[in-house]
Amino acid sequence: MTLATEPPKANFRLGMLIYDTRYRSYTIQIIVLILFLLGVAWLANNTIENLAAKDKDINFGFLWNRAGYDIDQHLVPYTNDSTHFQALLVGLCNTLLVAVIGCFLSTILGVTIGVLRLSKNWLLSRMMTVYIELFRNVPVVLWIILVYAVLSETRPEPKDFKIVDGTSKASMILNDSFAITNRGTNVPSPLLEHPLPRIELGGYSLNLSVLACIFVVAASIWINRILRRRAAATQEATGIRPTTWWKSLLILFVPIIALLFAMGLHWDYPAFKGFNFKGGLNVAHAFTALTVALTLYYASVIAETVRAGIQAISKGQSEAAAALGLRPGRTMNLVILPQALRVIIPPLISQYLSLTKDTSLGLAVSYLDLRGTLGGITLNQTGRELECMTLMMLIYLIISLIISSVMNAYNASVKLKER
Amino acid sequence: MSLLYIRKDMLGPSAPPASQTGAIRWLRENLFSGPVNSILTLLAIYVLYALISLSWPWLANGVWTASSLQECRSIVAASAGPDAGGACWAMIHERWHQFIFGFYPPDLWWRPILAFGLLFVALAPVLYADNKSAMSKLCGLIGVLAVLCLIGADGFSFHTVLAIALFAGLTAFAATKPRALLTVTILFPFIALWLLWGGSIWGPITALLGFMVMAMIYSLIAPKLGPVMGASLGFIAACLWWLFLQSYVSEAWQALLPLELTYVTSDKFGGFLLAFVIGVASISISLPLGILLALGRRSDMMLIKTLSVGFIEFVRGVPLITMLFTASLLLQYFLPPQTKFDLILRVVILVTIFSAAYNAEVVRGGLAALPRGQYEAADALGLDYWQAQRLIIMPQALKISIPGIVSTFIGLFKDTTLVSFVGLADPLRGITTIVRADINWKGIYWEPYIFVGGIFFIVCFGMSRYSMYLENKLKTDHR
Repeated sequence: MTLATEPPKANFRLGMLIYDTRYRSYTIQIIVLILFLLGVAWLANNTIENLAAKDKDINFGFLWNRAGYDIDQHLVPYTNDSTHFQALLVGLCNTLLVAVIGCFLSTILGVTIGVLRLSKNWLLSRMMTVYIELFRNVPVVLWIILVYAVLSETRPEPKDFKIVDGTSKASMILNDSFAITNRGTNVPSPLLEHPLPRIELGGYSLNLSVLACIFVVAASIWINRILRRRAAATQEATGIRPTTWWKSLLILFVPIIALLFAMGLHWDYPAFKGFNFKGGLNVAHAFTALTVALTLYYASVIAETVRAGIQAISKGQSEAAAALGLRPGRTMNLVILPQALRVIIPPLISQYLSLTKDTSLGLAVSYLDLRGTLGGITLNQTGRELECMTLMMLIYLIISLIISSVMNAYNASVKLKER
Repeated sequence: MSLLYIRKDMLGPSAPPASQTGAIRWLRENLFSGPVNSILTLLAIYVLYALISLSWPWLANGVWTASSLQECRSIVAASAGPDAGGACWAMIHERWHQFIFGFYPPDLWWRPILAFGLLFVALAPVLYADNKSAMSKLCGLIGVLAVLCLIGADGFSFHTVLAIALFAGLTAFAATKPRALLTVTILFPFIALWLLWGGSIWGPITALLGFMVMAMIYSLIAPKLGPVMGASLGFIAACLWWLFLQSYVSEAWQALLPLELTYVTSDKFGGFLLAFVIGVASISISLPLGILLALGRRSDMMLIKTLSVGFIEFVRGVPLITMLFTASLLLQYFLPPQTKFDLILRVVILVTIFSAAYNAEVVRGGLAALPRGQYEAADALGLDYWQAQRLIIMPQALKISIPGIVSTFIGLFKDTTLVSFVGLADPLRGITTIVRADINWKGIYWEPYIFVGGIFFIVCFGMSRYSMYLENKLKTDHR
């Protein structure tokens, strides 16, 4: 005797490919796969035909040819005799420089504005609302071009800074250390009297002094963290938190100051000599305009994110903190912000990503970033659109993926640990 | 014996101290509640004063009629003294039409104006689903504005009469049968295409017939083979129609009954006309595409999920500029040799793809926020996948994602300024560069940017306010 547990064995019919949910998904996927492969093949075939018609091939060898154009702002060594690949690196560094400075400044400004927007001060919160709406609702390209136009058209020419009979038409600011002309901003540059030697490593020379500074700062921060962790442990054990602020200050600032003093840091001030400014560093307006505009624009976006995050924390939390007797400042720091941070971080990641991608708008003011070098001059000189564009998109994609994975890892570490 | 004193009536409340009432109290509470707040208030007042004292004379000395920047400056110098600054709005007075219409022929301006008016009529049923009075108010208002613009551009001509009749009729429809306006919404893309570019009317009509073929085949096949098969077969049939039959049919009709408007080439488009064409086209296509991509990303089918994820992450990982350069430089490699492809169309396609990926992520967030019980309940009711999506999932998921979707749209509209990098005359960079290159207006910078920025602000701010209105309207919880 058999129990009727065996389902009736249905014979496979062709119609089941469409009607039976078990097989339908395979049918759909196979059809999609075939269509996708056909599409790719069609595109590839077109590309090959078009390349053949234009007598071109796909070859990245051009990267090792002489670039032959100048880039004023280069963080890695570059002359017009360098290769296109070196130009690519210079462009990448310029992109990252604006991105890092922009993210840093816009976070500070954005968090401040976002908190002030919620302040009880009527006037201040209204002003911040106006700021946010004004910057958020106008294309960022407008701010870039506007800052650039204002800087390069309202500022005096370098020759106006010439002192004739004790007076000049224009004067430098901040104790004669900064000069904003219509060609660029002249700022003091740091110089070292006894710098550490540069070392050659596979064709690139590494600046050991900068590396030493980075190492010392990183070590100080690490030691400071250990100190704070010890203090927290003592507080857990005894209930009394040892005073750490002066130890922290010592650990954070004394080593780096000592190192800089030992290397003989001094500032090279720009000064008007002959027909132009000599000494110091000339920061191009393209860089200033791009950084300032991106900072102001993204500060407004981040401010909205911060406001939404703070408002997402229920009122009970701040009331509970008040019931415990915490002052408003401490409530913000110890209760509201740590919780709001969890809401704020995911959108903040995408703001950072957008900011990094928007550095490519430097095109509007001819800033030579990755798009300006690889996707601009190199592309036009070599005529290799396919290779340059592919490489450029790939690099942007990698930068984006790195930023989002780093920030997602951070997000996972501060996330509320649930079951 | 002591005399007892008993008060019979209550003492009236004494007036609060002067510092606790009226304006003084408000000031104390809102501006000077503590030392920090007082300092911040004073600082804010100072900043405000500095901004106003800097910009007010400049605005007040503004000149509205002049033919060059030099003339502006001499007028300002004559009226307000040699050192006073003054805005030169005369530039906008003289060149506003380039900012709005680009190089569109002036005698044809009635066409974009009419199309812009119809855009709002088409939007009305979407914006205010069942709100008859809001819809008819919007239609009436936009009709009056469009007719005024037409009179301004054209005088009292045949087009004006036509527009008055058209908008009066549409407003009447909105007040009586609001559902009928959805027809306008569906037909609008074809009407706008014809009005803006011109040419034979049979082109858009036969293109519309392609969609009808698709709908017909879908309604025949879907009940038997399911919606996916129906939609794909219908799509194939429509593609066959568009590729092989459409041109013959439209030519035949054109020979029979020639109805056409003057053809305007794409390089005549510019200014806000261009921004709106790209913005509206991309917005309306990218939302459905984004929903499909979001569904693909959450699909159980491995292959579809992988393709969707790859597509979304790739598009979101590269800047829009590189996509636009792909449109202008690389598309010629990927398409069959000798394909000629309108630049505006190429840009619309790439911008659509770009914002579809962002919409997909927003919608995915909405889908993820729905409790699992909703999906299970839909399954328990015996709804199939598409029914469940249409009736249960999407109405809730889209409601959650409204703020995100609208901010994607705002971003898209702002990003239309980037098309200037591939040679189109957008209002911000394209047209302003042309104006600033003019010998008469060389050296002008605040005025054009304030004008263009102002229009962008109005549009984007309007969109964000509308999204807040919608959120409030759809809110069903009681928080």
